[in-house]
Amino acid sequence: MPPWSGPLTQSPGSAPPDDCLARNDWICGEYLSTRRHILLDAVVQHLQLTALAVLIALVLAVPLAVVARRWTLASGPVLALTTILYTIPSLAMFSLLLPAYGLSASLVVAGLVLYSLTLLVRNILAGLRAVPEDTRQAARGMGYGPVRLLLTVELPLALPAAMAGLRIAMVSAVSLVTVGAIVGYGGLGNLIYAGMNTFFKAQVLTASVLCVVIAVAADLLLLGVQRILTPWTRASHA
Amino acid sequence: MKTLTDAWDWLADASHWSGDDGIWHRLAQHLVLTVVCLVISCLIALPVALVLGHLGKGGALAVNISNVGRAVPTFAVLVLLLLTPLGKFGEGPTVVALVLFAVPPLLTNAYVGMRGVDRDIVQAARGMGMTGQQMLFQVEVPLALPMIMNGVRIAAVQLVATATIAALAGGGGLGRIITAGFNLASTPQVVAGAVLVAVFALLVEGAFELEDC
Repeated sequence: MPPWSGPLTQSPGSAPPDDCLARNDWICGEYLSTRRHILLDAVVQHLQLTALAVLIALVLAVPLAVVARRWTLASGPVLALTTILYTIPSLAMFSLLLPAYGLSASLVVAGLVLYSLTLLVRNILAGLRAVPEDTRQAARGMGYGPVRLLLTVELPLALPAAMAGLRIAMVSAVSLVTVGAIVGYGGLGNLIYAGMNTFFKAQVLTASVLCVVIAVAADLLLLGVQRILTPWTRASHA
Repeated sequence: MKTLTDAWDWLADASHWSGDDGIWHRLAQHLVLTVVCLVISCLIALPVALVLGHLGKGGALAVNISNVGRAVPTFAVLVLLLLTPLGKFGEGPTVVALVLFAVPPLLTNAYVGMRGVDRDIVQAARGMGMTGQQMLFQVEVPLALPMIMNGVRIAAVQLVATATIAALAGGGGLGRIITAGFNLASTPQVVAGAVLVAVFALLVEGAFELEDC
């Protein structure tokens, strides 16, 4: 059996067709048409894992950042913990979660949540700290309580920094999902991993390019959301 | 808890430390890969960043290259390189992939550091009759050094992480203990390997933190 036996599609016994799959070309239209469903399933899994992880991270990050902003004592440990989490390589992170989650999609989501959480907490905290003291004083002078101050003044003003963090977290998560292939839940990473073992060039290149396309699309989407949510920053640029 | 004690037992077993698949050998591979690729990356990225920063040109490229680097999965690049003719040269794909992912943070941070040098100071240096070269090495680089070193730290941590993923594509290093553990379905070995990688990465990060003090 040749090492590229993976890509072959013909039934046993028939003469091998001379198409790009049999030649194992990098770019192959045949691959796109014959493996459309595999690609679609992988893209869907990729999007689900990424979106779920970033969403959970966002829900956890906002209160953490607010707590770290309000109680200065908490900010040191929170920042130290996020630095440590971010330093641990992704493959090691997934492996450390193996006893808790087993070979499951939850393991990949949990690992991605920890990375995204780090990026989001740091950025939201930086955004909250950058709110001018004068603005806070003015709001207090107008009779704003702490909750109203947070929700209607501080969080909206922290939004540009938070969105910048969200975009970085999203793009990083799209790229990191591929490492989930080690436990079989890596979205397009699964195709890259399988393609590596069978020297299937078209599959590896197609899946890799799709990863980058998803990352760029997600980034542009969030950029659009940011422009809608923060019209005042747009006005100042114009 | 049982998994942790099992992982500890795995680490305590002397036979797991020796030989070609042993921890010492994998640790040495990881260290050599990280250091060699960091040196190569610095030799490529820093001269470019310093000259661009000195001239004040190519800013968009130097800043955006980091964003591009983040969007490209390291695992994908490792496998793509493995399937090119480069894949025949042992650690060739790993070294190229590691350098590719270490260059962007070095380039961006060094460039931003160079541009962040107070323009008044640069003007004063020029007024004192310094040549371009003297300004670069006696004024701009020393003042940009904290940002340059920040880039080196980020690149080093990135290298340790990428070298770990390289094990998935057949590269050497501590990641091989993890992938071998997965192949053997041995959770203790996977966890033990992960602890070794995490400690190694934290030590690298810690070494740079100490240097800052």
